[in-house]
Amino acid sequence: MKKLLITSLISFMLTSIVSADTDGENNLSKVDSKPVKDCFENINRATFKFNKSLDLAIFEPVAKLYRTLPSPVRVGTSNVLDNLSNLVTIPNNILQGDFKKAGENTVRLVVNTTVGVVGIFDMAESFGLTDYEKEDYGQTFGAMGVGEGCYLVLPILGPSTVRDTAGSLVNLLGGDAWYNVSVKNDTKHFDDTDYYSTRAGTGVDFRAKNIDSLENLEKNSMDFYASVRSLYLQDRQQKIANSNSVTETQNDSAWEEIEAQ
Amino acid sequence: MISKKFLVFFTFIIISILNINYSYALEPDVFVQSTVNRASEALNNKYSKKEKIDKLKVIASEAVDINGIGFYTLGAYRKNISDDQIKQYNILFKKYFLKSFASRLAEYSNPEIEVVSKKKLNKNYTMVNSILVGTEQRPEVKIDWRIYTKNPKSPLIRDLIIEGLSLARTQKEEFASIIQSNDGDINALFETLKEFIK
Repeated sequence: MKKLLITSLISFMLTSIVSADTDGENNLSKVDSKPVKDCFENINRATFKFNKSLDLAIFEPVAKLYRTLPSPVRVGTSNVLDNLSNLVTIPNNILQGDFKKAGENTVRLVVNTTVGVVGIFDMAESFGLTDYEKEDYGQTFGAMGVGEGCYLVLPILGPSTVRDTAGSLVNLLGGDAWYNVSVKNDTKHFDDTDYYSTRAGTGVDFRAKNIDSLENLEKNSMDFYASVRSLYLQDRQQKIANSNSVTETQNDSAWEEIEAQ
Repeated sequence: MISKKFLVFFTFIIISILNINYSYALEPDVFVQSTVNRASEALNNKYSKKEKIDKLKVIASEAVDINGIGFYTLGAYRKNISDDQIKQYNILFKKYFLKSFASRLAEYSNPEIEVVSKKKLNKNYTMVNSILVGTEQRPEVKIDWRIYTKNPKSPLIRDLIIEGLSLARTQKEEFASIIQSNDGDINALFETLKEFIK
């Protein structure tokens, strides 16, 4: 029943995205000429405010405490979480047709989990596997040409879009092996706490790495909500494009337009 | 005979002018590296925070096309505003930009930036790619610079793209959000800018 409900929800969301993008365009280099689709702005702003209070009360103090830990502990924790994320990255590499990356990330996962002691040490780096890029189902939908749909701010989880939320739900439908062995199935080795601790750990690790930049951004923004929304959407476009070349993801037409005026 | 002499003289003058132009053109990557070096010096810990901010403001005034960024940042709204409003906006935007830019950068100390490559997009723009060298506290960061090269002798910075995220675009979307939240009234943006630069 739960599965059916989630499947229906995803189907509904994806249908909505397709309807919302009737122009059928998914040209990343032109993407910043389109206005942001913030269909639920009032609710989003309220959720953003709620998340900020939660951050101030819980996440920021925890992240600051986490930052006081010795550097090897933080690096090790970050490595373990990155290693675990391979379980979602690898199926998405395959779905995006990037079999070379899927192979590399499988080797990375095996080497780091075994020789690297559950991922604490990034031993794959010494095998030449240096650049690790996380992939998720939202990115796969994007790579398949599904538009981002409306921008959303989820309670606790933060910025997202309809497409990315649908992507996250795929994890709960069997798309995340870590969720399957810890929450979905009773393997007797892992339980719900393991899964939710790693999710919380990922959040704290991200927050700790971005304390200064977020503080700086908030201090210098006239509309912090709009700045975070813009940065989130740009980041997703960049990740979906899987491009290291910034010239492929930046729109020149708006710059050329000001020349003509 | 006279016309031959004149032709030689004329050719000499043309070549000289071309050489002068060539010798004064400043390559975008050299321009970025020298600007970064100036900023690094300004961020040296021997200066107080106020001194750092003042120095950074001078550098930004000389190296950044503030008016161009301001115009871009207005997005579609620039087409519907009067000349007086544009003048008012340019003054406000310059003050806003310098305050925001300087206080953002003043938080860093001795940043080490290395220019690695450049790509000419067209006659007006070159993208210069650089790396903010990582430290124990932060990882390596990719920074790309959109350089306006319409006047090759005096290139100017128009955008900074940090790990693929454009600061000018973020600014543009932030301004658009402020205007939209006030039923498209551009005066609301002016008031918000005035509040910020107080």
